[in-house]
Amino acid sequence: MRQYLTFLARCFRLSFVGDWRYYTWMFVLTVGALLGLNAYCKQLVYGLGVTGMTDHVSWGFYIANFTYLVGMAAAAVMLVIPVYIYRNKELHDLVIFGELFAVAAILMALAFVTVDLGRPDRFHHLLLRFNFPTSMLTWDVLVLNGYLLLNLHICGYLVYTAYRRRTPTKIFYIPFVFVAIVWAISIHTVTAFLYSGLGGRPFWNSAVIAPRFLASAFAAGPAFLILTLAVLKRVTRYHVPEKAFMTLRNIVTVAMTINMFLLGSEAFTEFYTDSAHAASAHYLFVGLHGHTALVPWIWSAIALNCVALFVLYMPISRTMGWLGLACVLLIVGVWIEKGMGLIVPAFIPTPLGEVVEYFPTLNETLVSIGIWCFGLLVYTILVRITVPVLSGRLTYDRGFTDESTTIAASDAAPGHA
Amino acid sequence: MSDVRIWNGKSAGEPGSGHDLNRRSFLRTGAAAVGGIAALAAALSPLKDLKPDELPTVDEFLQKHYKEMNAQEMEQALERIREQVAKRYGVRPHLRDVKPMDGVEFVYALNLSRCIGCRKCVHACVAENNQSRSPEIQYIRVLEMPRGTTDVEQANHHYDHAMVPSPNHYYMPVQCHQCANPPCVKVCPVEATWQEPDGITVIDYDWCIGCRYCEAACPYWARRFNFTTPTLPGAEVNPEMGYLSNRPRAKGVVEKCHFCLHRTRAGKMPACLEACPTGARKFGNVLDPNSEISQILRTKRIFVLKEEVGTLPRFFYYFDERYPFSLDPEAVEIGRSLALIPDTGRCV
Repeated sequence: MRQYLTFLARCFRLSFVGDWRYYTWMFVLTVGALLGLNAYCKQLVYGLGVTGMTDHVSWGFYIANFTYLVGMAAAAVMLVIPVYIYRNKELHDLVIFGELFAVAAILMALAFVTVDLGRPDRFHHLLLRFNFPTSMLTWDVLVLNGYLLLNLHICGYLVYTAYRRRTPTKIFYIPFVFVAIVWAISIHTVTAFLYSGLGGRPFWNSAVIAPRFLASAFAAGPAFLILTLAVLKRVTRYHVPEKAFMTLRNIVTVAMTINMFLLGSEAFTEFYTDSAHAASAHYLFVGLHGHTALVPWIWSAIALNCVALFVLYMPISRTMGWLGLACVLLIVGVWIEKGMGLIVPAFIPTPLGEVVEYFPTLNETLVSIGIWCFGLLVYTILVRITVPVLSGRLTYDRGFTDESTTIAASDAAPGHA
Repeated sequence: MSDVRIWNGKSAGEPGSGHDLNRRSFLRTGAAAVGGIAALAAALSPLKDLKPDELPTVDEFLQKHYKEMNAQEMEQALERIREQVAKRYGVRPHLRDVKPMDGVEFVYALNLSRCIGCRKCVHACVAENNQSRSPEIQYIRVLEMPRGTTDVEQANHHYDHAMVPSPNHYYMPVQCHQCANPPCVKVCPVEATWQEPDGITVIDYDWCIGCRYCEAACPYWARRFNFTTPTLPGAEVNPEMGYLSNRPRAKGVVEKCHFCLHRTRAGKMPACLEACPTGARKFGNVLDPNSEISQILRTKRIFVLKEEVGTLPRFFYYFDERYPFSLDPEAVEIGRSLALIPDTGRCV
């Protein structure tokens, strides 16, 4: 126990150590997180009226980000499957960065739901009267927290055994890894069912939502990990094999192709049938009764996705620069498509046919930026600790060792592109 | 760099640089810590505007779910709310927890041939149910519909003529349909909303966590959320209150029509029905075969809104077969006498 506390203390200490790039990155994130906290405090005082949400569009930017982040968290499984099922050696030492990102993404997702609550002071009511299994939201609470614990356990166990310079005992983590694979798929499926189960919202009431969620998540998540690993490779001495990038590139390409196919299927069904149920799709893609707020967004998302996919199909994306560009485009494209592009149109028109548009306010945006900064802060710290532990430079018996302090400084945790 | 050395226990106290480094790093850490705490305090500063009055009291925080409270706990909760209302609005309310009656299932029917779209029901509802006046929360939405369709997307929600009705239109008021298969109840994660034995779907305003999933689930756009602190002038407070119905709500919770259960469970009619000048609204116990509502359901060509979503509403609409192409002349006459309908002109 004492040894574990020493470990935690050392981790805490280590998270404050780095070079100027690390400090700048962490400073920016801290400022962002505090700005978000400040905006959230204002929301607590004045109510959700400080957001752009109304009775017409009763979920907005927060729930959009929540949905996206659940997908990012689930995407860690796309590293786990190659490693633990197909015994992919290149990714073996990298899978933990996916799992750590899952931890950070779940924390962000939970934060986004919390800030969306009108009465966060009554959070404990969930523990007292839990409408399980009827309400999909209770399923979501269970699977998200379960996934968080699973990943905390797997990462924590592996990092701590490396720190103690022991070989991890398989029985203590392999079963959890396999549970986590199924669980990862469940978190995003349950989140999709949250929407697709509502008969009063035809835009969501479609069986393709869950597969589409998974496909877009398995594109955007590994794309984010490609960027993380590229940064890791650049700013640390951690070994990131070239082949790992190519494996991830294949995963992103296939997942994104499926995602675009599903999006096309959805669009065909809506527009060819052209029933009254297509009103939301009309609003999203071409505008409805002169209201077009989301039209430029969805078309830029589609353009970003198409360009990213084209680059991925081309051999040029074997070079890091092009691959990185494709990943950035894709991450943004999916964020628009399944965030605002999926949540907001379901509310427009309202079930009584009224068209009221939604625009996030500054305060709402600041809260969201704050949560993103907080999540990236957590992820950076987790990676900052994990890299020296796994490369044997932070161990129980020797503490933090390095040939020279100069190296210690340049060995700072990665920033993010 | 100095941090690393000291923490490794290697360089600290070494002759020469150690002492100096130690002090410098101490000052630097101290300055960073002070800066960090100051920034955190600044970030939290808006909280000082929280009104103590709006914070949940210990009793409120510990209050149980409606269905778990025994008679004594309910009385305590009622007393707490009475005091709160008296303090906030200067009116001591007559607040009760009115229970459903045995053998009663309430149903609403709306005669579209009589509705002239005057919106008197909307305003009577606001006055009866202590809704926020600013922003004004309304439970009833009257749709101005072109003749020949029940497609709500063609409705005009914000018609604003000096006189109603407008030619070639009919008016369709929509409020909570008190569904027998309510999606809002299904989705609530904390069971803050449920269906009572008399068919009314209610909300425990002290249990709702404000996630608005019910708002997303409702196909009739019947639910309203308190996006900010509701404002209700003391002079306009209706002191006849029910725990599950019209007691004042707080910021951050959902509310909706509850068929005026504090009235209807005591044998009265809903406020919207009483306010309707033309008698377009009919309400009663569907389990009593001799009630007017039962007769209407038996004899009129009734329909429900969005039957395909499978919600089984307890709110029915019908057109009077006697007047297939016009408003009921009696309704027109009433409208004229109240100066709601112009004396001349093509209005029906």
